[in-house]
Amino acid sequence: MPQDELQSRDLGRRFDYAAAFTAGLLDPDRAPPDAVSGPNGKAAIKRYAVYRNNVTVSLIDALAASFPATLRITGPDFFRAMARFHVRETPPSSPLLFEYGRDFPDFIERYEYAQSMPWLADVARMERAWLDAYHAADAEPLASGALASIPPERLADTVFVPHPATRAMRSRYPVVTIFAANRSDGPVGRIEAGDPEDALVTRPGLEVFVRHLPPGGAVFLDRLMAGEPLGAAAAAAFAERAEFDLAANIAGLLQAGAFTAAHQEDEHDEP
Amino acid sequence: MNGLAAPSRMSKTSRFPAHPVAGLAGTSFKHEHLPAILGDDPKGGFFEVHAENYMGAGGPPHDALTKIRRDYPVSLHGVCMSIGGPRLLDKAHLGRFKALVDRYEPALVSEHLAWSTHDTTYYNDLLPLPYTHATVSRVADHIDEVQGTIGRPILLENPSTYVLFPASTMSETDFIRELVRRTGCGLLLDVNNVFVSATNHGFSALSYLADFPLQNVGEIHLAGHAAQEDDEGDLLLIDSHDGPVADAVWKLFDVVIGRCGPLPTLIEWDSAIPDWPVLKAETAAAQAILDRHADSLFGKAHAAG
Repeated sequence: MPQDELQSRDLGRRFDYAAAFTAGLLDPDRAPPDAVSGPNGKAAIKRYAVYRNNVTVSLIDALAASFPATLRITGPDFFRAMARFHVRETPPSSPLLFEYGRDFPDFIERYEYAQSMPWLADVARMERAWLDAYHAADAEPLASGALASIPPERLADTVFVPHPATRAMRSRYPVVTIFAANRSDGPVGRIEAGDPEDALVTRPGLEVFVRHLPPGGAVFLDRLMAGEPLGAAAAAAFAERAEFDLAANIAGLLQAGAFTAAHQEDEHDEP
Repeated sequence: MNGLAAPSRMSKTSRFPAHPVAGLAGTSFKHEHLPAILGDDPKGGFFEVHAENYMGAGGPPHDALTKIRRDYPVSLHGVCMSIGGPRLLDKAHLGRFKALVDRYEPALVSEHLAWSTHDTTYYNDLLPLPYTHATVSRVADHIDEVQGTIGRPILLENPSTYVLFPASTMSETDFIRELVRRTGCGLLLDVNNVFVSATNHGFSALSYLADFPLQNVGEIHLAGHAAQEDDEGDLLLIDSHDGPVADAVWKLFDVVIGRCGPLPTLIEWDSAIPDWPVLKAETAAAQAILDRHADSLFGKAHAAG
């Protein structure tokens, strides 16, 4: 029998205060656990509610801190009601709160009261990608001129190593425009229902950048990040969008700091 | 003052200056204050950070903490190790904690007598435990494991609580004293937590302090609290960290420092965070009390420092 199973059986024979205490923490309809009380026989309903409130409010606050544009779009009352449902349905499994909220965009997509804002889930996905880039490992990006040293006949075989912060995101909505407007301090004007926008998220230094990817750019970057050589990634992009501009896309990605290294495909197996 | 407050080892490969923390007042480090802090001259005091906020791989948090650590003593305060929980410690989390200790060489390292994770859920609050012979053994094992992993003693913080466990067979101070005896850990005395718990459970804060193993304290916390009512309509204080330190807590702090000498003292202010000058003034008020006792107890403070 595994050690932890032995230990929890042992504790079960004593008193599993954690199981008793947590049973009602995310469920406001449950009575406080029998295991706790106030002093001198005082009741523990409001006392236990302090913990329940701390848990729920602090986790809603954590989502509000991670999804500020989503919050600004919906307003705080709408956001906090939506977040409360999510917290109770999907509390965090990691003690690192900046990891919390990975399932929140999908929840928003299903959330009954957000159906009139079909683009809201993508804004939240954009914010999640931004936060991942913010905390990603630091690395020196590949210099813009790095490809100049590769012989032209070898370019198609070139494979790129993505920067740890780089993320590509595809959207049916103008997500970059909406995100940018709601993450700045200025007033948000009316955003017309616009063209779909794919996004590139990078953090070459300390600042996270979100850019609009040109047509075919998202599939191109997806393929490169999956380790496909430049030629194959470009072919996939052309197949999706005939107007795909290879030179502009490569230049844009390098300038944004999307990669840390480039090498020939046949060098791949070197230790 | 015991020796636990000092860095346990200063290796030759140290990346940062030693920056002793003895006798200093400090405050929680908040990123929005970084530009103001970097502009401060002269630089004084110390900063405490919640360890979990620096457990990402890279980016601005590590850049900021590196800058702070270059100029100041840093206290690494763990919030979610679940030392007070019944389950085994999370090895991955412990590994991340050790990596931070190794990387930033903090002057102080602390954790809570509480728990926050159960099974697969992280509750993001400091939850209470019953004080029994069974739980004291388990918590002591957890402290041993943390100290063994990071290679130095930790300071364990007394909790603020809102409920009691009728199953408890030991007082909180007896429980804490027994943990110190078994593990050799030091203590982080949160004076606001003493005041909050004393109010909530109807005991005397001064009696608690008289019974507390003050000789093992390596750091003090001070913070603001909020007021609610319990089911009987009596005052129930909440450890909210969202305002200035209450007058009653300042008075208790004065009593503690009068007995212990000038211990490193932190102003915790974690929500409704004020502008830097407000926080700095609160820290200066704590420093004034530390300095007054350092002057009147000069020989004792000098010997301890």
